[in-house]
Amino acid sequence: MNQSLSLSRRLFLVRGAQATAGLTLGLALSGRVLAADGYSGATTKSVEQGLEANAFVSLTPDNRVIITMKHMEMGQGTYTGLSTIVAEELDAAWEQVEVVAAPADVERYKNTIVGMQITGGSTAIANSWTQMREAGAAVRQMLLAAASAEWKVPVAELTAKAGEVIHTPSGRRATFGALSAAAAAQPVPDKVTLKDPKDFTLVGKQMLQRKDVGKTDGSAIFTLDVYWPEMLTAVVAHPPTFGGKLKSVDATAARAMPGVEAVLEIPSGVAVLGKTFWQAEQARKALKIEWDAGNWADQSSEKLIAEYRALAQKPGAEARSEGDAAGILASSDKVLEAEYVVPFLAHAAMEPMNCVLQKTADGVELWYGCQAQTLDQKNVAAVFGLTPDKVKINTLYAGGSFGRRATFDGNYVTETAEIAKAYGKPVPIKLVWTREDDTRDGRYRPLYVHRVEAVLDDKGSISAWRQRVVGQSIMGLEPQVVDRTTVEGLRNIPYAIPHLRIESLNTSLPVAPHWWRSVGSTHNAFAIECFMDELAHKAGRDPVEMRLEMLKDHPRHSAVLQLAADKSGWGKPLPEGHFQGIAVHESFSSYVAQVAEIARQKNGKFKVVKVVCAVDCGIAVNPDVIRAQMEGGIGFGLSPLMYSAITIVDGRAVEGNFDGYRVIRMSDMPAVEVHIVPSAEPPTGVGEPGTPVIAPAVANALFAATGKRFRTLPIGADYFV
Amino acid sequence: MPVNFTLNGQPQTVDADPATPLLWVLRDHLQLTGTKYGCGIAQCGACTVHLNGQPVRSCSLPVSAVAGQQVATIEGVDSPAAKALQKAWEDLAVYQCGYCQSGQLMSAINLLEKKPQPTDADIDQYMSGNICRCATYTRIRAGIKHAASELAVEVKA
Ligand code: FES
Ligand code: FES
Repeated sequence: MNQSLSLSRRLFLVRGAQATAGLTLGLALSGRVLAADGYSGATTKSVEQGLEANAFVSLTPDNRVIITMKHMEMGQGTYTGLSTIVAEELDAAWEQVEVVAAPADVERYKNTIVGMQITGGSTAIANSWTQMREAGAAVRQMLLAAASAEWKVPVAELTAKAGEVIHTPSGRRATFGALSAAAAAQPVPDKVTLKDPKDFTLVGKQMLQRKDVGKTDGSAIFTLDVYWPEMLTAVVAHPPTFGGKLKSVDATAARAMPGVEAVLEIPSGVAVLGKTFWQAEQARKALKIEWDAGNWADQSSEKLIAEYRALAQKPGAEARSEGDAAGILASSDKVLEAEYVVPFLAHAAMEPMNCVLQKTADGVELWYGCQAQTLDQKNVAAVFGLTPDKVKINTLYAGGSFGRRATFDGNYVTETAEIAKAYGKPVPIKLVWTREDDTRDGRYRPLYVHRVEAVLDDKGSISAWRQRVVGQSIMGLEPQVVDRTTVEGLRNIPYAIPHLRIESLNTSLPVAPHWWRSVGSTHNAFAIECFMDELAHKAGRDPVEMRLEMLKDHPRHSAVLQLAADKSGWGKPLPEGHFQGIAVHESFSSYVAQVAEIARQKNGKFKVVKVVCAVDCGIAVNPDVIRAQMEGGIGFGLSPLMYSAITIVDGRAVEGNFDGYRVIRMSDMPAVEVHIVPSAEPPTGVGEPGTPVIAPAVANALFAATGKRFRTLPIGADYFV
Repeated sequence: MPVNFTLNGQPQTVDADPATPLLWVLRDHLQLTGTKYGCGIAQCGACTVHLNGQPVRSCSLPVSAVAGQQVATIEGVDSPAAKALQKAWEDLAVYQCGYCQSGQLMSAINLLEKKPQPTDADIDQYMSGNICRCATYTRIRAGIKHAASELAVEVKA
């Protein structure tokens, strides 16, 4: 057994006992318990005699560089990416860099694109690029100034490299740690000089060890791993139907069960507080509850699809209009038409939603994989009648999110607050959702129906294209108002089409809609890229050649498309039973093209055997993280293409766990080859853009194999091994 | 009623309802948190531990069933295969969110201990009970192969 681990864990628990007295320690350090001698401080004031030059960088006398992460780590590699940028300008050695999660503090740690502290929209690198460079450069300048003063040499003769300041003429050198106290006495510069990108030594380097550590020996701390003394575990019985409400509860049997501390009615259902999860869960099963099913009890996905298809026959709100698509379509007798249907999708993050909250003397403190600090502070504060600054958030690693954890209303975080408020006693409470709670909560990628119509001219070019999308507005807008998230990737369709019309119609349902990795692009890329393939085949043209002709004004789209085609041997003979399909899409200002290769198996079904992916995301800060996000994004997009769907029947979600909500496994995963386009453009995000491209690429390959068009997702186990 | 078993080589006594799944005993009673909850119905593999050297889903195993037996968790593994895999996981940056990875490693350790040079088909077979929602599957495959070749070199040397 790993001794240092058990020791540090014990230390953590001992310290934990004092947490309410304000000592919140090691846990703050990126969710990992550090070595036994302890990391003595929380986030920013941690460094005795060292330097806290700004909100992002601290140096310690023992030569560590501690970088504060304003974005949470959910697997996307942000801790590594942000560290790379700071360390680059600081000239730190990669090995001396450690990370710590930022506290909730919107002034210091806001996402500069969104204006609040939140991680999402593949913005972490894009909004931090300049900010992190400046933070690193400022500290570097202070170190040089300190050495200059101590050694009585001009700054111009000094340089920094791999964690040391070096006086070139004399060869004298000192570590950052040795200079940290002197550097702290230097004024923080108000102007900094940034490196010429050609001098980068870390940015663009192929492989840097990840900074989200503790993930191979079980020592990383996720929300579920937080154990405070006296802590109770809460589970909640929620209404089984969307829009349902509690009518009455008989908790007599549940209350009498071992370990049960309380049964509480809260706005979202009935909470059971137990000494352990298992005890709370057994008691939940013993609750006798009558639910008011609400007015959605006879609703189903089938009925919704029928409704949406009817709605797609009528005009929606105009999202974009050029030329006279309606006129061309009306006067042509050769209109090609297709309808695409995509289901509700759960995020199914590997760690179901959970949260730990404790009331303190003058507020509350939380520990969890927080994705939207500013919103969650506001929501929790509202429950207790506090001001948001009294809500202290310790952001831990999240076991995946894919958009799930950032909600407007706080959702499971607010629920934890409601439980703590109803219980009243100031003990820590850990809310644990089971997989079924998580899968059936809603917050789905909404169900959408697309209707697309187009006309090909005599030369086989697309002269007109009209597309309508019907589905829920994630932003909660009125039916005839364009929701940007519904039409992202569609309104900005890059193809040159003289007569183009994009319309959307918002519906409103009791099941909460939510952003799901790549949001609008999840369905828009599928409809557009499948229909493009269909039109190319109808016109007797090669799908790559036709797209390239229509992408003349979009060189970055063209470049990734061409690169993916070249690297995959597009158009060249394939082994017997192998087929390819291609798609290209821009999301979050990153450009991705993929060629999917499928192979017919002995049983007549198919396996996706290989994906060649080309990506342009500007300057490649961490090529390996980019590759990892493309691989993971492709795998994430394969699940809804092949298997995943939430089906509504009688107003409730049929699927509750991985037996019904099927996702891809090892045997479903293709080999992935990633090619990164060299670029000097500012870096853009990679967390989401790999996901939307794979479904159309595979669907198009299936057409090549079977001559059938697949316009409804998921395609299902009939076609995949 | 107390249940006695061996946990990571040490004798362990737990006073819990014997129906409590081993997973929740490890977590809530022993605060050994490397083993994760992902589904509770033996579908995802996040809770994989070794029972007498065999991978089992601790979410679906009542603690009473391990009385008198040997249980190993991610915190307690230190075989050559385990070390080689953990190192490969770091060197190839296999993990993303990391939540599934204790379970992935526990399955992979068993695979390499049974089949030191696994084929792709072996990897599919041994690893398909472990879901990774971050879809790190390509790197898990590469990590297993990398560890296997490192171990082969060690054996020769
Ligand atoms: S939690 Fe045990 S298999 Fe999923
Ligand atoms: S690394 Fe996130 S679920 Fe596997």
